[in-house]
Amino acid sequence: MRGRPELYTSYEQEMGLLNTPAKRAAVAGLIAVALTLPFLLQDDLLQLLAVGFVAAIGAIGLNLVTGYAGQVSLGHAFFIAIGAYTAAAISGDPDKRVIGYGITFLPLWLLAAGLVASLAGLIVAPLATRLRGLYLAIVTLGLVFLGEHIFKEWSELTGGPGVGREAAVPEMFGYRFDVDGAFFTREQKLYLLMFVLLVIFALLARNIARSAVGRAFAAVRDRDIAAAVIGVGLTRHKLLAFALSSFYAGCAGALLYTVTGFFDPGSFNLLLSVQFIAMVLIGGVSTISGSIMGALFITLLPRLTRELPALIPAVSAQSTGAVNVFQIEAILYGLLIIGFLIVEPRGLFGIWIRVRNYWKAWPFSY
Amino acid sequence: MNELLQSLIRGLGTGSVYALLAVGFVIIYKSMRVISFAQPAFMLTGAVLVSYLAVEVNFYLAVLLGAGLVALLALVVERLALRPMVGKPVFVVAIITLGVDIVIRVVVNSFIGREVRQIGDPWGLDTFRLGSIPVEKRYVAMMVTTAVLVTALFVFFRYSRIGLAMRATAFDQEVALAQGISVGTVFALSWAIAGALAAVAGVFVGTGAGVDQQTWIVALIALPAIILGGLDSVPGAVLGGLAIGVVQSLVGTYQGSYAPWLGQNFAVVAPYVVMLVVLLIRPYGLFGTREVERV
Repeated sequence: MRGRPELYTSYEQEMGLLNTPAKRAAVAGLIAVALTLPFLLQDDLLQLLAVGFVAAIGAIGLNLVTGYAGQVSLGHAFFIAIGAYTAAAISGDPDKRVIGYGITFLPLWLLAAGLVASLAGLIVAPLATRLRGLYLAIVTLGLVFLGEHIFKEWSELTGGPGVGREAAVPEMFGYRFDVDGAFFTREQKLYLLMFVLLVIFALLARNIARSAVGRAFAAVRDRDIAAAVIGVGLTRHKLLAFALSSFYAGCAGALLYTVTGFFDPGSFNLLLSVQFIAMVLIGGVSTISGSIMGALFITLLPRLTRELPALIPAVSAQSTGAVNVFQIEAILYGLLIIGFLIVEPRGLFGIWIRVRNYWKAWPFSY
Repeated sequence: MNELLQSLIRGLGTGSVYALLAVGFVIIYKSMRVISFAQPAFMLTGAVLVSYLAVEVNFYLAVLLGAGLVALLALVVERLALRPMVGKPVFVVAIITLGVDIVIRVVVNSFIGREVRQIGDPWGLDTFRLGSIPVEKRYVAMMVTTAVLVTALFVFFRYSRIGLAMRATAFDQEVALAQGISVGTVFALSWAIAGALAAVAGVFVGTGAGVDQQTWIVALIALPAIILGGLDSVPGAVLGGLAIGVVQSLVGTYQGSYAPWLGQNFAVVAPYVVMLVVLLIRPYGLFGTREVERV
């Protein structure tokens, strides 16, 4: 086998997580770069990247249900909200005016947030198993509106609209991630925490996707009747897809607001769901690495558009200007979704595949 | 009793606006099998266009002009963003319409600004008395307009050549193509009609209260209406729209005193609750066609 790294002698080898030396080198390189970044970048950029990593966890969740299992969900914001409030309630200060139980141990509230969200997913899923395609999209859209109403009204939990409450407290064995420490700043700690969690969640999702469950999801997506005929349980796998996706959404929601520290029930609206859809579509449908790319891209987009006023004088940085950065940002979401779907349906991941294939065969064109 | 009647009239009035929006959704769905999430943007565009035009010309002329311009906009959108996607999975096309919606709304929002824009309609909040109950004129205008437009559409689909072509396309695209029907024209026309209907609906949504940047959410209430009526039935959309309007109005009137634990403004989300219940009992709506699977 020496000198012929791409010769596979078993199925396990071919289906391996990192089945080529190039992949192994690239992943090792990326992890090394990600681990050195906190010592090179400014704190505000680190904070943004930390949010991006959490968003990536959420995007992976949406990709599991929409990309792999083919069940369109516009309700991701609802599950993210459930996760965020579960975590905040468990770790919140019991003496404040909003519900809080004061258990700040991170793995505990993270798991609880995921589990409660996936329970909610299971409650919604029976509707999903009866409906297909766009009916499902409309139902999940209705879910977002109902959720928004509940969270705005239940002010003992959420603090009420316009006021909000503090997010979950990230603490593990007495070590706080959200305060400046002796060795690391708050942003460096959060960045590293989110990065480690993202690696864990991505690895889990990748393993789900390449196992029997992942293949069953793909079968349900591609032709559900054919899948049922060859013995794939439709109801079971749709339920599983929703539960898994909501679990990821719940965890992402729990973590998302620890970075900014504060959140408001008004933030879980349709726009949040659309942002996650955009992450999945721009990154690449049914790829894990694509979801991560898409999430980082969408999170960093506002940062990029904020540089525009310096380049084009007609663009104003204030929200009152005729043409301002916020409008350009929103238009870019829309245009990027349309553009990617028409020109490159495989998203950023597809662009990467093209580049890779070009250089693989270089200097020949095929 | 008076309260109930007033609430019913209000419900039928707003319901007929939902009906207009719902018919737009259904017409697009019938021709392309896609739910167009761009309808809120068309509605908002119509309302804002009229609010600018009504200052210059007569209100009714402004509504006609506004509807025409939005129909043109819908044609452009269909040609640029939708036509390249013919034959792609419906989910992808639906998400494209979502993208279109965002882009158009951002542009239109910059014309609304921060304050509320008045439509410039002649009705305002004026009332007249019908027997013993005061009736707002705008609700009567909504009902009459919807009745006229829906009848006109019915006549158009039933008796005109292109209406027949649209029905044929809705029935089976390939067979329609084989009969020499230009399916592309049908797609374009259905978008134009839906756009114009949404624009008129937008004007009525804006009467009384005016339009602001949050008005677009009203258009999404047409979604429960089409689920209730069935995605591919125009009469279903009209009835669904009226029913949703009445439910919303009744909930708004009585929920505060009978079920205060549901929270303030529950009427805003009541249509979505109705939708969930309908989907549990009759997944294809009241008048929709049940999907038949051939294996």
